[in-house]
Amino acid sequence: MDAVTDNLDLFVAGYWRSVTICLYALVGSLVWGTVLAMCRVSPVAPLRTFGSGYVLAVRNTPLTVMLFTTAFVLPQLGFNAPFFWLGVLGLVLYSSAFVCEAVRSGINAVPTGQSEAARAIGLTFGQSLRSVILPQALRTVVPPLGSVVIAMFKNSAVLGAFGVGGDLFSISNRLTSAQGYAVAPVLVGVLVGYLAITLPAGALLGVLERRVAILR
Amino acid sequence: MSTGERTRGAVRPESVLYDAPGPRAVRRARLLSLIVLAAFAVLVLLAARRLYEQGEFDAELWSPLFWPGDEQFTAVWRRLLLGLSTTLQAAALTIVFSLVLGTLVTIVRLLTGRLARTPLVIVLEVLRGAPVVILIFFTARLLPTVGIDLSLLWYLVIGLTAYNFVVIGEIVRAGVAAVPRGQVEAGLAVGLNRRQVMTIVQLPQAFRIMLPALISQLVVIVKDTSLAAIVLTGPQELLRTGRTIEQNLNNPLQTYLLIAILYIILNGLLSRLAVSLENRLGRAASPHGP
Repeated sequence: MDAVTDNLDLFVAGYWRSVTICLYALVGSLVWGTVLAMCRVSPVAPLRTFGSGYVLAVRNTPLTVMLFTTAFVLPQLGFNAPFFWLGVLGLVLYSSAFVCEAVRSGINAVPTGQSEAARAIGLTFGQSLRSVILPQALRTVVPPLGSVVIAMFKNSAVLGAFGVGGDLFSISNRLTSAQGYAVAPVLVGVLVGYLAITLPAGALLGVLERRVAILR
Repeated sequence: MSTGERTRGAVRPESVLYDAPGPRAVRRARLLSLIVLAAFAVLVLLAARRLYEQGEFDAELWSPLFWPGDEQFTAVWRRLLLGLSTTLQAAALTIVFSLVLGTLVTIVRLLTGRLARTPLVIVLEVLRGAPVVILIFFTARLLPTVGIDLSLLWYLVIGLTAYNFVVIGEIVRAGVAAVPRGQVEAGLAVGLNRRQVMTIVQLPQAFRIMLPALISQLVVIVKDTSLAAIVLTGPQELLRTGRTIEQNLNNPLQTYLLIAILYIILNGLLSRLAVSLENRLGRAASPHGP
């Protein structure tokens, strides 16, 4: 286990790098994904078409193709940003399609009767959204959104593999290729890092799912 | 199949948020549609100008990929099709191995006691919690050190299988759980033992139920085969082929556009197949079905 104990600080730094990537991507894709979901449920036809077209295209494209596009194509078009941000941008564009679907399914899962009842007792659009629809929609959104977030953390490893640098994955690559450490212990170290996030997150999600579940 | 998709125009939004719009709301929606279309047009024009200024519309960047008359067209497409078939091959091998392993693991999980199950469940959870990239990368690193030398395609397949058989195991489990209880009872009643009930009564019906979910997972696998392009040095699957082409022709925008389109067509067809199977099975299923 020397590989891990000798380089513990590297591992910890890589860990934080992964978490940072994930946090940026999370904020970005929550915002953009919600905007897309609003497009998909809006009464304006071109926005709906845009939303569903975006989701169809992005969901069927690998994250890697998205990253190649943001990293190799954008600079050629004159958008020069540090590699890190191009990578995060790719992850945001990719994940937001999944966030959009989670949010949309939440809104659509609210029975029509609920909003009809809200309108019938005289609530305005804003009131019925705030106190009737969103509270129920959010409950249904929690489980799928949680899975999206966990997937996003795992996908931050793709960014690392892609050369964003400094994250858990690139540390392991450096230690095994350049510095010749044995592969197995490094693997264990890296796996522990990822599992430390994904397993508790998965368990937490299970608990949340049971707590917010509503019988219909 | 409810709402939205079929109705033309702004008549029925596919959501619970609004009433069916009256004449005023329809007019407003039309006006907004026009404004949005105009805004899109402006954005597209701006993007096109940017592309034009960067010389991205030069014919020699597009024609090797899109114009059959180009002298490089045949060579480029031969490579692309080869890449596509390698991608499909990797995905097919992965789904077959994952299905076999996933089914075996599920049988073991469902038919053994808690004590024997615990270590297995721990391994499964570890594999499921790990990023696939890591599994592919370490497969290619770890296996040679223990004397297993395979081609890169196989490292990719093994790495993908290590993750996907767990996911597919869950799908199988859900499928088995969805088979009505009466089937099991009937099987036991005619004198089959627990293992026979599993293999000749539950599993065949479960596979039917889980076919749509399996195809959806196949889409994920097809997408994940492209991870080889960044963590391994081969095989020449679709994305790596694209990278090679793009570096030769020096046209990343056009090449990745084409690669993305190919993935979208392939996965779109698979998803559509899953949806239509789901509808067909849903109709044919028992009264408990959706």
